[in-house]
Amino acid sequence: MLKITDLVKRYGGGDPVLKNLDLTIEGESVVSIIGSSGAGKSTLLRCINRLVEPSSGSIELNGTELTRLRGRSLRAARRKIGMVFQGFNLVDRLTVMENVQSGRLGYISTWAAVMRRYPKEDIRRAYELMERVGIAHYANTRADQLSGGERQRVGVVRALMQNPEILLADEPTASLDPKTSEQIMGLLRDLAGELKLPVLINIHNVTEAKEYTDRIVGMRYGRIIFDDRPASLDKEAMDRIYSGSPHADRSEDLRQAS
Amino acid sequence: MTSISEQFGREDWSRFSSRQKWQRFAIFAVCALAIAWSITSIEVVWAWVWDSPGQMGDLFERMYPPDTTNLATILRVLWETVNIATFATAFAVLMSLPVAYLAAQNTTPNRATLWLGRLILVTSRSVNTIIWALLFVAIFGPGVVAGIVAIMFRSIGFIGKLLGEAIEEIDRRPVEALEATGASRFKVIVYAIVPQVMPTFWAVAILRWDINLRESTVLGLVGAGGIGIILQGAIDTFNWPEAATVLLAILVLVILGEIVSAFLRRRIL
Repeated sequence: MLKITDLVKRYGGGDPVLKNLDLTIEGESVVSIIGSSGAGKSTLLRCINRLVEPSSGSIELNGTELTRLRGRSLRAARRKIGMVFQGFNLVDRLTVMENVQSGRLGYISTWAAVMRRYPKEDIRRAYELMERVGIAHYANTRADQLSGGERQRVGVVRALMQNPEILLADEPTASLDPKTSEQIMGLLRDLAGELKLPVLINIHNVTEAKEYTDRIVGMRYGRIIFDDRPASLDKEAMDRIYSGSPHADRSEDLRQAS
Repeated sequence: MTSISEQFGREDWSRFSSRQKWQRFAIFAVCALAIAWSITSIEVVWAWVWDSPGQMGDLFERMYPPDTTNLATILRVLWETVNIATFATAFAVLMSLPVAYLAAQNTTPNRATLWLGRLILVTSRSVNTIIWALLFVAIFGPGVVAGIVAIMFRSIGFIGKLLGEAIEEIDRRPVEALEATGASRFKVIVYAIVPQVMPTFWAVAILRWDINLRESTVLGLVGAGGIGIILQGAIDTFNWPEAATVLLAILVLVILGEIVSAFLRRRIL
């Protein structure tokens, strides 16, 4: 269970990007986060695995408080949080197998990592997962030889290799064509079910969010203003989420403050 | 300001306004004056300059035909020169790796190490190989060791600087992805940074070997080993035919080095 309480993030001395945000994700649900650019979706996701440092508040994953971890214990916690990125973030000059195994870097010894001597069970699991998403025949291919959809599959497998307790996906389909995009969304939903894994997806495509996820969280300028089943996302709710601009929201806050 | 209707039908156009033209002319005149002043201030003995074509022909006559009696020795020492360049490049590459790591803003542990890395780079690069060689001949005595260390010291700065810049220009996103998997700093470097700087690494190492080959041919002039010693010996004893052989040998070596490095570049990159 992921429990976010009173989370605040401000960059420098400016207005907070996340404002006293509360969010709880239980069980193995697939949750999508929608909202216009600048609403703080990406920052929220990155606060969870601490790629971005939260300013205050608490994030708890299965009983572990994440916000105060440092060094070794932070790395141990990150192993349990898989992340899929918009730009795939693969190492282009390494093979697909090396990219996939880099999801295990938190577990294996430095020597094994440098010499590429991966444990047998890791290799077996890598092949199983690659077979599952349809990229097993690319094991020895360099990552930059693959198409966008295939590269994102590598990204998904890398995250799953971590044996994560939660999967974060930051606009995983935004760089893909519509058809591939639906395939990846379907894959994420199916894998969540198969592996009993909660998945948190930032997404711009509301149609896909409705079709592939169990719950939709709507953000507008650092706040959650909608949180319900996809069926409840009507036009009125859509307007509230997407109308206005971050700038207009900001000046509204200023007016309220004064 | 001229309006569009005024512009319409005009037939004269010039790139610069007359004020700009005067400015450009003034800058040109100042440059010409500076060059003229510097030529008069360096005390050239003009008689020797006008004399030089004759001297050149004379020297060429004395050099021809090249004397190949000592060719075996020359080739042996030339091979020694190649070895100086190769060893020095290899050591320099190894030693520049940690320096590049320190001098790159995105990998250096803290500000102090960043400045340490930059200090090493600047020190190494601001001193010419020949000056390093003079220093190390005083320390190690004349010979190959001084030559190798001199070239190595100069190369560390060169390789370290280019490699450090390559590290700073990498794609940050894979680094972020691997940090998110809980990998340690060292593993992130090995998996996300090293593969990205590998092409630059090989290109820089080959280029520096190429340069070192040329530099090692002059080390002998200050007693730091290599073909330069024989060249200087020949010139000092007015043995021009042998000097010609040495110069030709160096020319062939440099051309061969060029061919080898071009080949390696094609194969590796």
